[in-house]
Amino acid sequence: MRRWMRVLRTPLGLTATLLTVGVLVMAVIAPILWTDDADAIDTSNILAPPSSEHWAGTDNLGRDIFYRTLVATRLSVELALSATVIAVVVGLVLGTASFLLGRRAGRFVNAGINIAVAFPGILLALFFAVIFGVGATGAVLAIGMAGAPAFGRLTQTLVAGIASRDFVAAARVAGVGRFRSLFRHVLPNIAEPLVVNATISAGSALLAFAGLSFLGLGVQQPKYDWGRLLYDGISSIYVNPWAALVPGTAVIVAGLAFNLFGESVAKALGVGVVGGIPELPSVSAHLEDVAPVDASRRPAEDVDDVVLDVRNLRVTFPGPRGPIRPVRGISFAVRRGEAVGVVGESGSGKSLTALAVSRLVDDSGRVEADRLDLLGTDLRAADSKAQRQLLGTSMAMVFQDPMTSFNPTQRMGGQLAESARHHQGLSKKDALSRAVDRLRSVRITEPEKRAHQYPHEFSGGMRQRAMIGMGLMGTPALIVADEPTTALDVTVQQQVLDLLASIREADDVALILISHDVTVVGEVCDRVLVMYAGRIVEDLPAGELSAAQHPYTRALMAAVPDMHTDLDEPLAVIPGRPVDPSDVPQGCAYAARCPLASARCRTEEPALVDGVACWHAGEPIDIEVVDRELEEVEAS
Amino acid sequence: MSELRFDNVTVRYGSTTAVDDVSLTVPSGQVLGLVGESGSGKSTLARAAVGLAPVDSGTILLDGKPVPTRGRRRPLQMVFQDPYSSLDPRMSIGESVAEAIPPGSSRAERRAEVERLLELVHLDPDRVAMRPAGLSGGQRQRVALARALAGKPEVIVADEITSALDVSIQGAVLNLVRELQRELGLTILFISHNLAVVRYVASHVAVMHHGRIVEQGPTGQVLSEPDHDYTRTLLAAIPGNRSI
Repeated sequence: MRRWMRVLRTPLGLTATLLTVGVLVMAVIAPILWTDDADAIDTSNILAPPSSEHWAGTDNLGRDIFYRTLVATRLSVELALSATVIAVVVGLVLGTASFLLGRRAGRFVNAGINIAVAFPGILLALFFAVIFGVGATGAVLAIGMAGAPAFGRLTQTLVAGIASRDFVAAARVAGVGRFRSLFRHVLPNIAEPLVVNATISAGSALLAFAGLSFLGLGVQQPKYDWGRLLYDGISSIYVNPWAALVPGTAVIVAGLAFNLFGESVAKALGVGVVGGIPELPSVSAHLEDVAPVDASRRPAEDVDDVVLDVRNLRVTFPGPRGPIRPVRGISFAVRRGEAVGVVGESGSGKSLTALAVSRLVDDSGRVEADRLDLLGTDLRAADSKAQRQLLGTSMAMVFQDPMTSFNPTQRMGGQLAESARHHQGLSKKDALSRAVDRLRSVRITEPEKRAHQYPHEFSGGMRQRAMIGMGLMGTPALIVADEPTTALDVTVQQQVLDLLASIREADDVALILISHDVTVVGEVCDRVLVMYAGRIVEDLPAGELSAAQHPYTRALMAAVPDMHTDLDEPLAVIPGRPVDPSDVPQGCAYAARCPLASARCRTEEPALVDGVACWHAGEPIDIEVVDRELEEVEAS
Repeated sequence: MSELRFDNVTVRYGSTTAVDDVSLTVPSGQVLGLVGESGSGKSTLARAAVGLAPVDSGTILLDGKPVPTRGRRRPLQMVFQDPYSSLDPRMSIGESVAEAIPPGSSRAERRAEVERLLELVHLDPDRVAMRPAGLSGGQRQRVALARALAGKPEVIVADEITSALDVSIQGAVLNLVRELQRELGLTILFISHNLAVVRYVASHVAVMHHGRIVEQGPTGQVLSEPDHDYTRTLLAAIPGNRSI
C-alpha cells in the first residue's frame, strides 16, 4: 500500500490522480444532477452560441451542450471501462493459456496471439463493428476484442518470466496443480504491471470510443457519449465551434487522466527512489571517524617496487537514510610480481575495493583515500586522458561473469583489438595480430580462427581466458581479478588460476585476486587480506592461513570443508549474519558473531596492528562455546 | 525402504542429449553425491526425477514402482540451487511451507506442522509471517528445506543447494543436511560440483560427464582410488589438493 502511496508524491502523479478521481466522480454524479438540464429541449434557442445561460451553446434541438457533455461522462467512462474489462479478461485467458495447457498446446495459443497482435487494432475494431453491428454493444465488444491481443501478449510474457522461476517449479514438485499455482504464485507476482497497463489501456479505449462514435459506428441516438456529441457538434462547427470543442476537450482530459495515472503508477512501482537521491554532504560527520591507519607495516620505502599503494581508502554511497560506507578505510600495498588475495563474505566490501582501485565505482559513489597510487601516479586526480591511458595499459580487470564482460554482437578479435587501438594507437591490422597473439598466450587453441568468432561460441573458461588476454593487450603491471573462477567448473577454474600464475611469473605482474573462497586464495597468492565489514581485519602470508590470528579468519578456514575434513564432526559455522553496510555497529564489527568478544570489543574498534585487527588475536577458541552461541543466535 | 533407481534414463532437449542412458541407484536411507561439471546433465537428471524434465526413455523407480509425477502425493521433493528464486516473494515463509503439506489436515494441524518443520531446520517459528526478503540466503535455503520436508518425502533431491551461498553459511546448511538425514533416515540425491562438499555429506558418489555416469561407488573408494580419468581430473582440480 505504501508503494501505491508513492504515486501521490510527485506533482505529475498527484495531478493525474486528482484528474482521474475527478472524472470518475463526475461519471457518478453528473447524470444524477444534470440529466434534466441536459435533456431539456428549447426549440426557441436552436444552435445558439455560448451565452451566460448556455456556456457552450445549444445543439439543433436547443439542448445545453455543456450539461450534455457532463452527463455524457458516465456513458463514455462506462463504455471505456467495459471495453477494458473485456480486453483484460480475454487477454488474461489468452496469456495464461500456455501456462495452463502445457508446452505443446500453448504454442498454438501463442502463435494465435502473435498473429492477432500483428493485425492493426483499428482495423480489427472496424471489422468487429461490422460483425456486431453499429451501436454501443458492438463498439464495446469491438474495442475490447481489439485490445485483447496486446494484453494477452503482455500477460504471456510476464507469465513466462515468473513460470521459469524456481518457486513455481517447487510448487509443481510439491503437487500443487497448474491452476492453483497460477492463482497463488503467478498472478500475484505480475499483478502490478497488469493493473498499470489496464489503466493505460482504459485511456486508450476512451479515445478509441470517441473515434468510433465520431465515425458514426459507436453510440446511436438518443443515447450520447462524448464521441457522439463531437459527431453532432462537428456539423455545426462554423456556427458554434464550442459544440465540438467542449466534448473534444472532455475526451482529451479524461484520456490524459487515465494515461498519466497509469504511467505515474508504473513509475512509482517500478523505480526505487522517487524524488531523487539525496546529494552527499561533502563531509559526513558521523562517518569521519577515520580508521587508525596501520603505518607500521610496509611503509613504501622502495617506491620503485610498489605497483599499487592504497592508504585509508573509503567508498561512500548515498542511501535512503544517510550515506552508506561499504569500504571504511583500508590500506595496503602491492609489489611487483606479488599476488595478494582479498577474501571476505558478500557485502564485506572486497569487490568495491577492486572497483575503487580501477576507478570503476559508478557516479553515485564517492571514493576517497589518503593515497591511491598506481605506479607512482595519483589515481585520485580528475579523470584525464593520461590517467585513462595508464589504467588502460597498466591495469587489467577480470570480472566474475565472462559472458557479460563481452559485447555479444562483436567478434572476439575485434573486441580485444579495440583497447590496443585506443590506448596504444596501433593500426587495425597490428592490433588484430596482437589480439591473436594474446589469445594464443592465454592458451586458446587456433587463435586465428577463434578471433573471428563471437563470445557465445566460446566456452565459459575460454571466455574468461580471453578476458585475461584482453587485459594483456597492454603491458599490465597489475591484474585485478574479481571472483574470476566462481562461475566456472572446478576443472576449468584450475586452468584459469594456472594461467594467472604463469602470467605473473613470466612478466612479474602483480595480482589482486578477490574471492570468497579461502582455499583458492591460499593456493594462488603470497599474501591474504581478510576483509570484514569494509575493513581489513587480518593481513597475513598465505602460508600462515592455517595459523591465522583473527577469529574471523579462523572461522572462515574452518567453515570450508576440504578433502581432509573430519567426517564425524559437524562443520564449524559462523553464527549470525554479515554486517549490513548501512548499519555498522560500534566497536569491532565482528563482535556480535565472535566467540571471543568481550565488553571492550563492543565499544572500541581494534586497529590493524602487526597484521591483525583484534583485541583477542590468537586466543584459543572453545568449540563448545561456538556451538552454544550458534544455538542462541539461531534462536534469537 | 525408499530406494530411488534410475534405469537407462535418457533425456533429450531437441537434438541434444542431456542425460544419456543413465542407470543409478540411490540406496535407501543413504546420501548419494552426484558430481560433474556444469552441462554434464546432473541437474537435468534431478529435474527428470521430480517430473520437471521429460524422460525420453528408461524409468525412474521408487522401491520398484514408477515415481508419481502427478497428483498431490509426491514422495520425491526437491531443493533448488538459488534460494532467492525458489521462494515466492509474495508469500510468507509459513505459507510457502504450508503449501507443500499434503491436504487433509485441519488449519490448526497445519500451523503446528509448519512450526515443527521450521524448528527442525533451526528457524525461529515466530518468523512464520516473514517474507523471504527479510531473510538471508542461508535462512531462505532452510525454509526451502522445510518446504521439501513438508511433503513428507521419502527421497529429497538437493540440486547444488550450497553453491549460491557464502562459505560461512554453506557449513551450516551442510550440517543441517547431515543432521536431517540422520534423524529422519532420508534418502538424498545430493548434487554438487564440489567434491569436498560431497565427500562430507555423501556415503556414495556418482561422477557424471557428458550426460553419462562414468564412475560410481562408495565415497571413500571413489575418492581415494578413482577408476576413471575424469574423476582423477576432478580430484586434481580441487584447490589445495594438488601435490606441489
